[in-house]
Amino acid sequence: MNLASLGLAGAVTAGVVTALVAVLVPVRARPVVTGAGLVLTGAAGVAAGAAGLAGVTFSVSWPAVLPLTGVAFGMDQLAGLFLAVTGGVALIAGVYGVSYSRHGRAAQATLPLFVVAMLLVPAATSVGTLLVCWELMALTSLLLVLAEHRQRPEVAVAGRWYAVLTHLGFATILCGLLILVAHAPGDSFADLRAAPLPGGVAGLVFVLTLVGFTSKAGILPLHAWLPRAHPEAPSHVSALMSAAMVNLGVYGVVRVGLDLLGGGPRWWWLVVLGLGAVSAVYGILQAAMSTDLKRLLGFSTTENLGLVLVGVGAAGLLAAGGQRVLAGLALAAALLHVVNHAAFKTTLFLAAGSVLHATGVRDLDQLGGLRRGMPVTTAVFGWGALAASALPPGTAFVSEWLLLQALVHGVPEGGGAEAVVMPVAVAVVALTAGLAVATFVKAFGVGFLARPRSRQAGEAHESPPSMLAGMVLAAAVAAVLAVLPTLVLPAVGAAAAVAVGGGPATSGVLTVRLTGVAGELSPLVYAVALLAAVVLVLGGLRATATRRARRAARLWDCGGGPLSARMEYTATSFAEPLQRVFDDVLEPEQDVTVDHVEESRYLVRAVEYRRAVPDRVERRLYPPVIAALRAWGEAGRRLATGSVHRYLGYGFYTLCGVLLVLAVIS
Amino acid sequence: MNVAGGVVQAVVVVGGAPLLVGVMRQVRARLEGRAGPGIGQPWRDLRKLLGKEPITPRGTTELFRLAPLVSLATVLVVAVVAPFVTTVPTVGPAADLFAVVALLALGTVVLALAGLDTGTAFGGMGASREVTILALVEPTLLVAIFALSVRVGSTNLGAIMTATVEDPARVISPVSLLAAVALVVVTVAENGRLPVDNPSTHLELTMVHEAMVLEYAGPDLALVELASAMRLAVFLGLLGNLFLPWGLATGTDPVALAVGVLALVVKVGVLGALLAAAEVFLAKLRLFRVPELLAGSFLLSLLAATAAFFLA
Repeated sequence: MNLASLGLAGAVTAGVVTALVAVLVPVRARPVVTGAGLVLTGAAGVAAGAAGLAGVTFSVSWPAVLPLTGVAFGMDQLAGLFLAVTGGVALIAGVYGVSYSRHGRAAQATLPLFVVAMLLVPAATSVGTLLVCWELMALTSLLLVLAEHRQRPEVAVAGRWYAVLTHLGFATILCGLLILVAHAPGDSFADLRAAPLPGGVAGLVFVLTLVGFTSKAGILPLHAWLPRAHPEAPSHVSALMSAAMVNLGVYGVVRVGLDLLGGGPRWWWLVVLGLGAVSAVYGILQAAMSTDLKRLLGFSTTENLGLVLVGVGAAGLLAAGGQRVLAGLALAAALLHVVNHAAFKTTLFLAAGSVLHATGVRDLDQLGGLRRGMPVTTAVFGWGALAASALPPGTAFVSEWLLLQALVHGVPEGGGAEAVVMPVAVAVVALTAGLAVATFVKAFGVGFLARPRSRQAGEAHESPPSMLAGMVLAAAVAAVLAVLPTLVLPAVGAAAAVAVGGGPATSGVLTVRLTGVAGELSPLVYAVALLAAVVLVLGGLRATATRRARRAARLWDCGGGPLSARMEYTATSFAEPLQRVFDDVLEPEQDVTVDHVEESRYLVRAVEYRRAVPDRVERRLYPPVIAALRAWGEAGRRLATGSVHRYLGYGFYTLCGVLLVLAVIS
Repeated sequence: MNVAGGVVQAVVVVGGAPLLVGVMRQVRARLEGRAGPGIGQPWRDLRKLLGKEPITPRGTTELFRLAPLVSLATVLVVAVVAPFVTTVPTVGPAADLFAVVALLALGTVVLALAGLDTGTAFGGMGASREVTILALVEPTLLVAIFALSVRVGSTNLGAIMTATVEDPARVISPVSLLAAVALVVVTVAENGRLPVDNPSTHLELTMVHEAMVLEYAGPDLALVELASAMRLAVFLGLLGNLFLPWGLATGTDPVALAVGVLALVVKVGVLGALLAAAEVFLAKLRLFRVPELLAGSFLLSLLAATAAFFLA
């Protein structure tokens, strides 16, 4: 037994025991028990992951536990990274949930099981184990999405979408991995790595698993569940799903594509990069248009995971071209973004949960002025928004800088495809970063600053202490990652090296130095310099400006009387210029109805204006598929008329057919 | 560490930026047949504003008061770390082009938040427009940077400029020319100059930057004005040094620094005068025509980036 296996065993035990206890204890003690159990599970997960990142490995296999496949777990740096991230998010969600969660027995008991399933997925080292854990994760998360189905009817719709899409993804992963196993001596990962695969089969396996794993990561076109399920789930579950579960989709792509299949041809990674780029831009555009705070955060997850896939795709592309060092850098950038995204998205979702807790409103157009009632939540959300918008000294800035460095340096000698792909990828990252700034200025500026736009927002009050503690903890982690990314970068580099080989991608303690190529960045210097500059400017102002007292004054209202909250800019109006610019991409639906006075057509009684920005990909892509399936189902109905003779006939003909086929091929 | 260089750069940018604005206004005035107030007028304005009492509009939070400080601080940091007078880095490895661009964006973002914080229609309108333009400028800016740094193999500003000094033929290469045109459009858009925004407009509905900072008065307004002047100086200085890096000091001795300061003043002055002269002949574009301009400049920067591969 070493720390990694001990930690994992501890996490599983703690999770399962918490689930059992949560069922048994009385209502009042339940949140505390679940929260404490979740903290223990998460802490054990972090310990196991940290040990794995430090290089501790283990491998266990119990062939008798599960029929046919058995169960096998193990640990390497790549698994350790995802374990640590999941554990960390679970720990914070546990602290937060103590005073947040007022859900029923089933939801409270499912939460620790969900965390356990997420911890086991990266630790699985055989196809059978992976699939079982994956499905367990899907089912438990589905139950959690449905936790509030009695309160709101939309929850059931979201749950249906999630159930269908997640199982569609599971089915493709199942098919892909079974094809892979059929060509290997066994179903353990070691067997699969050694299996000789024909190129066509490898391509098929990769595409099938890619579809499944990207559907879990919220990547286009199978993203439709994400902006539905995240808003409807309880907020700490949203945080767990958005910051921990979607990462496992990336884990799957990296594990199968780069590790088990060992790289593969260029077109695989061009597909991955393309999917990532499209998802990043589309996700952030939808987020910029969204007025529902949690839906906005959900689309931002699609964006960030898209950026991660851009990094993974670039890593695969560079590895296929033989540039191991740069591939390591690109993958390290992608994995660091996974870690950073987990930190700031947890922060943001927990802060959004606090807003929802205080006001019951998710609509940004009705929020505003929360600064007065909820100072801590406002500060935490503001910090999370800065972290998410890739500006220094925020968290995402470091990983996006690394990603850009990998793309800038990823110049193969005389490669034609890359010469076009890399600049376009840079443009995508840049556009995404720009739109992310707009999105989070909107979310923070409209949601938290200015004056309240509704009664609920005006009466907002700060959340209970455990929720604040959870949020502040998440924000603190994001701050550490922002200023000292060098604390985790060696471990992230080691995890990347598992998949693409090569040495550590970066070095340095206070400064991030790239290995093999020129480039260095010190987030700490920027943070300190900014602080020093603010102090300097303040000093200069004190020295030069007059020392008269501040006076409160009226806002400029064009002389038209006091401004009311209805005159403020809302989230919708804030996003309107962007919506006009991207009109052709978004295809918004607008509807203006003018009511005239009965006596005269020239006098207007009322004007009604409606606007909605539906998810265009979903609207274009899904209905034809659903219609086709329905038509198929209708056609199938004609075969089953209820006549027993007919059914016996089917059996007879099928048997004859099978015998004929067997006679021909054997 | 190169403390002297950093201090000299900061002093030159802080002291010179209002004069640059003065020069530009004077050029414009003369071309329009007016006498003009003289190039020292922006400094006199700042002094007057600093002497007025500070005003807090009702209903604003501390973010409104902090925003001018942070906005000025970001430009100040850029003025210290980026190579304007000398290529010797001031504070460690901070002169990264991506980081400099992101820092300047941070300055815009805090002002946009302050605009929203006032809760007036004008503040929100200015913030929304400014942020939209910022989002659309970003791709042009980063791809142009990409084109410039691919040849050098580094995004460090000092490295890019040194490489150009060593190989002057780069300046007239298609990559440089395309990237230069793209970056000029970026500079115009990021600083709210014509034809994207009119810095001297008096009609709230057409304002972009001015609407966002409409509620500022007194010393706060002085900071905002100084920051926006410094921003313009920083952009023009980067433009000048990226494409015409001659005169940049490579050491820290006083003579080289003096030459560097002189070169910077000449470059920024000439670029500013040219920009002001060009503005006389331009009218402001409608807000929704601005994306077309930016799309054009994005295309140029993308061409520059692909040219960097194929013509290298």
